[in-house]
Amino acid sequence: MRSLYRNLAGLIGFFLIWEGAVRVGLVPELFVPPPSEVLATTVDLLGQEPFIRDVIATVLAWAIALGISIAVAVPAGLVLGSVAWLRTATRAIVEFLRPIPSVALIPLVLLVVGGGPEAKITLAVYAAVWPILFNTIYALAEIDPVLMDTARACGTSRSRMLTSVALPHAAPFVFTGIRMSAAIALILVVSTEYVAGASSGLGNFILEASSGGTNMDQVLAGTVVAGVIGYLINDGLERMGRRMFRWNEAVGEAAK
Amino acid sequence: MPTMLEVTGLNHRYGKGDGAHVAVRELSFSVDAGELACIVGPSGCGKSTLLRCIAGLIPPTGGSVRLHGDEVSGVPDDLAVVFQDYSRSLFPWLTVARNVEFPLRWRKLSKQERAERAQEALDAVGLSGVGKKFPWQLSGGMQQRVSIARALASKPALLIMDEPFASVDAQTRFELEDLLRRVQREQQSTILLVTHDIDESVYLGDRVLVLSKSPATIVADLAVDLPAERDQIATRESAKFVTLRGEVARLLQGGPAAPETAAETSDEATATADAAEWEATEEAAAETGDSAKEASH
Repeated sequence: MRSLYRNLAGLIGFFLIWEGAVRVGLVPELFVPPPSEVLATTVDLLGQEPFIRDVIATVLAWAIALGISIAVAVPAGLVLGSVAWLRTATRAIVEFLRPIPSVALIPLVLLVVGGGPEAKITLAVYAAVWPILFNTIYALAEIDPVLMDTARACGTSRSRMLTSVALPHAAPFVFTGIRMSAAIALILVVSTEYVAGASSGLGNFILEASSGGTNMDQVLAGTVVAGVIGYLINDGLERMGRRMFRWNEAVGEAAK
Repeated sequence: MPTMLEVTGLNHRYGKGDGAHVAVRELSFSVDAGELACIVGPSGCGKSTLLRCIAGLIPPTGGSVRLHGDEVSGVPDDLAVVFQDYSRSLFPWLTVARNVEFPLRWRKLSKQERAERAQEALDAVGLSGVGKKFPWQLSGGMQQRVSIARALASKPALLIMDEPFASVDAQTRFELEDLLRRVQREQQSTILLVTHDIDESVYLGDRVLVLSKSPATIVADLAVDLPAERDQIATRESAKFVTLRGEVARLLQGGPAAPETAAETSDEATATADAAEWEATEEAAAETGDSAKEASH
């Protein structure tokens, strides 16, 4: 509880400095409205149906993208993690594809899949598969050989090894990858909406609000909402992870 | 007593050609049902390789292992292994009870039977109340008891233990040693235990097999004629115990056995000299081993 207050203290301090800077005239009020105004606009927007539609469009695209990323990266990671020659064979192509900024693929994606929600989902998936993929491969490499021997000595067949040892062992690592990918997917969804001018979504709302140059309170309100969504996603996943992998945190603490 | 384990002419080498390392050479022995046999050898002599071959975890490059007459290829169903490193061999995501039930997962048992067997095994090692805890919530000694309980739960024909008490403190070690002897007699288990601790091998064993330095061969096979009921203080002070541990220590150093037993260990003395020779020309030996192996094919 105390840490919650401290977190809030930091946030309130940030808003106070912002408010002060605008009031004193350090930044022009036209471009950077004070937080009091932005928050009022945010509350106002949350009561408007078109804005809520944009929020839902973004969150939905994010959820679909993360779901696809998990469905692609976890099995691929399990295969690459357990088949050494395949890992070696794919290393060059993976290391070539991974550093490409997803935004650079926007023209290609728009041409191939069109400008609908598929575009942002495709790009978010492209960026979000890597952390999950690498964490899964890493987790498999980290399995203690003594644990594997123990399982084998207990009569565990090779095919059951995956479900009874490899998966439970890898789960917390994979989950950390999912948490990283969740943030990346949100960034990609919002920025594709903004850059590629999608027909709906938070990024699109920010783009349209900013076009006149006079609605900066709305632009910032959209940004704040994007930030809050990101915060809630991360916080929710963190809580879920702590609950699911209580054993892993405790093992980690014991090892410290 | 019928023979439970029969190891014949076991060879194992890692790698091929000139770079090959011979870990186990022409090793033969057998263990009777209900016997607690200790294997003692210098560290790095190939004890672990030997155990892994016997447990079916790795196929030996030569020779055969038979468990109650059946050739071992792959891990036999009725075999259990307790490793030295309990913290690495218990599944951290499973509770203590689930860990103990683990070897029963693949057997045709009802859920209830499985839980009962696990509880029995936990009772036998004095851990009745901790089934719902996780391994990391227990002390090291208790964790190793969980490993032993898990091995007992599967009611193995042969229980293999790889330096099971090397990672616990001295006091706990004494407790666990007595626990093991008690459980072994109660359940009539056949146990093959590897240790580098001479005192432990004599205190625990009905028999002590002494290994040479790498590549591992059997230097001596000594019967421990101490009373079945052993006591950490009185037994370790007894003249018989002191004589035996001295004998094992001499054999481990590669020297001849004690004078009064020289007659019965003439074979072993030859083996010792053999081992020393092998040690001196280790590289050549590896090659000889190879060619001997190839010739036998």
